[in-house]
Amino acid sequence: MKEEIIIAGFGGQGVLSMGKILAYSGLMQGKEVTWMPAYGPEQRGGTANVTVILSDEKISSPILNEFDTAIILNQQSLDKFEKSVKPGGTLIYDPYGITKAPTRTDINVYKINAMDTSIEMNAPKSFNMIILGGLLKVRPIVELDNVLKGLKKTLPERHHHLIPMNETALKKGMEIIEK
Amino acid sequence: MSEEVKLMKGNEAIAHAAIRCGCDGYFGYPITPQSEVLETLMEVEPWKTTGMVVLQAESEVSAINMVYGGAGCGKKVMTSSSSPGVSLKQEGVSYLAGAELPALIVNVMRGGPGLGTIQPSQADYFQTVKGGGHGDYRLIALAPASVQEMADFVGLGFDLAFKYRNPAIILADGVIGQMMEKVVLPDFQPRMTEEEIAEKCPWAAVGKPKNRERNVITSLELQPDAMEQNNIRFQEKYKTIEENEVRYEEIMCDDAEYLLVAFGSSARICQKAVEIAREQGIKLGLLRPITLWPFPKKALADYANKVKAMLSVELNAGQMVEDVRLAVNGKVPVEHYGRLGGIVYTPDEIVEAVKNKIM
Repeated sequence: MKEEIIIAGFGGQGVLSMGKILAYSGLMQGKEVTWMPAYGPEQRGGTANVTVILSDEKISSPILNEFDTAIILNQQSLDKFEKSVKPGGTLIYDPYGITKAPTRTDINVYKINAMDTSIEMNAPKSFNMIILGGLLKVRPIVELDNVLKGLKKTLPERHHHLIPMNETALKKGMEIIEK
Repeated sequence: MSEEVKLMKGNEAIAHAAIRCGCDGYFGYPITPQSEVLETLMEVEPWKTTGMVVLQAESEVSAINMVYGGAGCGKKVMTSSSSPGVSLKQEGVSYLAGAELPALIVNVMRGGPGLGTIQPSQADYFQTVKGGGHGDYRLIALAPASVQEMADFVGLGFDLAFKYRNPAIILADGVIGQMMEKVVLPDFQPRMTEEEIAEKCPWAAVGKPKNRERNVITSLELQPDAMEQNNIRFQEKYKTIEENEVRYEEIMCDDAEYLLVAFGSSARICQKAVEIAREQGIKLGLLRPITLWPFPKKALADYANKVKAMLSVELNAGQMVEDVRLAVNGKVPVEHYGRLGGIVYTPDEIVEAVKNKIM
């Protein structure tokens, strides 16, 4: 098993931390893992992306030109990365702020209204966990249990009381993702 | 080895490995993309456990000179920075080499020249292996290609530095520094006691006992005859290092018709390029120098008898390619492929370059 994933959106949306939780979940599941951020001044407001690779085998390049799965959270990232999904691969996007929806027909496109849902849930910070839940529904690459363990590893202890809320968000994401 | 597998950035691995390998002191100044080294050390607070000193100096220049002072006392000391900061350290690096002091320097390279960008680059190859500072000196240069190697090369770098009384450098880049991967950290090793330092480093300035002459730590020698003798001694030492410490990795080289040569993050990307090329029926291999100095000259000369051509893939305008060409000595064509200023190539770009430049 090998899954090459890019997560791209605005800085501040939790792109890097979502990748980090996914990477830790992979670690908990005994996978080889790389997490490679486009690091730099784009922490808030600019574009941010991270490449996460989970694999049963040793991973060669942390830098890729095509991906099994792309998680797209703004228009700029959709414009940039829609073409980088491998044929037969998966594209997950949040339609919030998207003016030109994905057009490719040779990949599996899923829509997830995570932004709206997080506001409805009165938990805007759990936006990225809703997305991650959606990913796990359509690409069950790691088990939910391992994601929760991963969350525990990434969150500082003072935030551990937020784990149940994150679990709720993950499950919500699994419910609301649609083709 | 402690078996616990952790997930961390290359920069964090450097910091944890330094504490665990009995480092006495780290002196640095923040700069992207390596600031996590200092940040991690400050967070872990090793001065409370092992007694390791961690100090943010007022500049890179003062940091390298603190390293000089610590190393002169036989302490295991290090500094880290990124390209512009490493340029500032060069005078101190030359002095360390001239005074024959062991120390570890880490350069997590970014795009240059000048302040450049903060994105990954490998354009400090020349600076690292051809001088950087003034004078006829060499640095033992290790090029990690994974977070695990970031951790492993701290201990290795210190071991080699003390073995040869010569500064060693870890030449990494923004990819390896910022990437998170699995890592098993080295076991804890205590710092050397004063007695151990006095025994293992008889040259160190540890306080003069009555039964020997004072130790002098200096790179200054006003008599040219004596300075020539010093230089001859250095050159003999460098020759020994070249004979004993060459390290490299061969990937899919056995039946290779074409050979990539790449170090650090580029070697990782090239590995994927090899996988892609092999799927297309191209017999491509990869030789990854682990020590950039001493350089795997002999291995490359041998491959010049086996392959049709070589491509040196570097995040620069063509630096290591000169050493590859020297090693190959005209036997087969050696070309270069690079991206500049902080742009990183993707695996398919490298496969294209193979087709366009050496096939």
